[in-house]
Amino acid sequence: MEIKKGIAASPGIAIAEAMILDCEDYRIPRRSIKPSQRMGEILRVRNAFKQAIGDLTELEAEQGKSDAGKIKDIFAVHLRFMRDRSLRKEITDRVYSQLVAAECAVSSVLRKLATHFTNVEDAYISERAADIYDIERRLLRHLLGHQREDVEHLSQEVVIVTRELSPTQTAGFDRNYIRGIATDAGGRTSHSAIVARSLAIPAVVALEDFSEAVRPGDTVIVDGNRGIVIVDPDEGTLEEYRKSLREFTVLEQKLDTLREKPAETRDGTRIVLLGNIEFPDESEMILQKGGDGIGLYRTEFLYLNRPTEPTEQEHYDAYAKTIQAFQARPVIIRTVDLGADKHTQSRRSLKEPNPFLGLRSIRYCLQHIRMFKVQLRAILRASALGHVKIMFPLVTNLQEIRQAKLILRDVMEDLDEESIAYDPRLEVGIMIETPAAALTAASLAQESSFFSIGTNDLIQYTLAVDRGNEHVSALYSAVEPAVIRLIRTIIQDAHRHGIDVSVCGEMASEPEYIMLLVGLGIRTLSMTPPMIPEIKQMIRSVTIEDCNIVARKVLGLATERQVNSFLRSTAREVIPEAI
Amino acid sequence: MRPAMHFVDVANKFSCEITVTHGDNSVDGKSIMQISMLAATQGTKLCIKAQGADADEAVRALRELIEVKLFHE
Repeated sequence: MEIKKGIAASPGIAIAEAMILDCEDYRIPRRSIKPSQRMGEILRVRNAFKQAIGDLTELEAEQGKSDAGKIKDIFAVHLRFMRDRSLRKEITDRVYSQLVAAECAVSSVLRKLATHFTNVEDAYISERAADIYDIERRLLRHLLGHQREDVEHLSQEVVIVTRELSPTQTAGFDRNYIRGIATDAGGRTSHSAIVARSLAIPAVVALEDFSEAVRPGDTVIVDGNRGIVIVDPDEGTLEEYRKSLREFTVLEQKLDTLREKPAETRDGTRIVLLGNIEFPDESEMILQKGGDGIGLYRTEFLYLNRPTEPTEQEHYDAYAKTIQAFQARPVIIRTVDLGADKHTQSRRSLKEPNPFLGLRSIRYCLQHIRMFKVQLRAILRASALGHVKIMFPLVTNLQEIRQAKLILRDVMEDLDEESIAYDPRLEVGIMIETPAAALTAASLAQESSFFSIGTNDLIQYTLAVDRGNEHVSALYSAVEPAVIRLIRTIIQDAHRHGIDVSVCGEMASEPEYIMLLVGLGIRTLSMTPPMIPEIKQMIRSVTIEDCNIVARKVLGLATERQVNSFLRSTAREVIPEAI
Repeated sequence: MRPAMHFVDVANKFSCEITVTHGDNSVDGKSIMQISMLAATQGTKLCIKAQGADADEAVRALRELIEVKLFHE
């Protein structure tokens, strides 16, 4: 049994077999073993050979039915290699003398052999290196379990263990089988964490070299509440976790009973609870959990994981279904937020020295007007179907909003000319996620129908901390006094100009921050859908006056640590079972 | 790789030890890995040694394979 501490990224508990995802196919990390583990590893080598012989015998026999002599010969040759005692011996000798794990020994012996072939001048023989790589892959497949290409075709429950998940990888996740996620890199707001939370998959991130310490098929417990993972748990631990897994399910069911009740404080103030979604099929969960609408509809998924840009119709289809399902409830669509860590296919190879300060979000759109117009036109067309609002991300100055709105008006005129319906009173708002926008909120409010505070980027830009860098991610906090002051400024300026202001960053999904946000004047919160019931319970347990007192007290505190421990203890008093 | 496969298939029918030498390199005649690493292309001189009960038979069979059968494929 091995326990490893990371950062709790998505709540819940998962118990399943590990599935290791490697970013580069089959690059095997060197894993040392203890002398006492030699026999076990040698046995793994033998078993892999035995299983590979089984595969090949079957493959050869299948070929026998058809007339593909050549292919049959290839399998026959591979089979001879698998049965070659001196090859097996070289591998097991390596395990024994170098104290490396089975997969490392297989890989280094076969790669050495392949290199030997590559260096032979005879072209026919040097091409045989490909056969050797094939043999290596087959053995590794048995040693390391199924790899990346199989994530989309899972048939049993697994915990995904990997260095870091890319947005493209997660797009194909089957949440019925992926029970938990454990990554080496990342922080609470890294992409893996956000995806895990929105899919309600328990996750722990920032585990450093965890992916190298786990073997495929090992039993892994992901404790997304406490931020730990346990490999190969003993019977007692396993039983303890099975018990808390049952309790967690009971808590969830209890929260589900709140579904039909309003998110209203004890003194009768209604708080609007919206959901953030990354993919259209998540919108259903918002309704299931009793949310009031979509506060942040991310649209990047349309651009990722595909070779070409999406067409207007593809945009429209993605929005239309959701909007219709939400009827009169608001659906706030954020225009595409590409750049930084998310790229279109065509730009994936362009490297910027400082992508988070580079060509991203609205900046990207304003430089790619043709692409921008395709999306705006689709959103406008879809606006005829329900209650749609448009939101521009990462605005830093007034000029950008004016430019974006000018383009939007252009598209509206086109639609008018073609007599295509849209909602002419559609509200246009912006995300406030840079210190520049926060400090000039008063002037930005003149051109916006609403503000939505994107705390993730606002925190990162204010504190100059990369939220995905595990070396500094501890400095990243929503309740640094500097961040709280900016949030207060934004809210005050919005109120002064009579426009709506909401919080759609991760901060709104944290029960302990809710009293502070409400106390600062927030009446609309948009969060990851699974958190809606818990946040609702928090709101139903307090009064506005309680929240105002909390906010006043927090504004008087000087350090993040003081704020955090104060908010934590206050929240624990309100709803002890959820914190 | 096919000739190497046929070679080891024949070699493995016998219980004697079989060593194949090419230049300074001597390898186990029953191992496809070692035989294929010997990188013998057509026309290369190979020296086959066998030691054990059925050694004579083994050498005869391998000689026939190399000189007659493999070159006619």
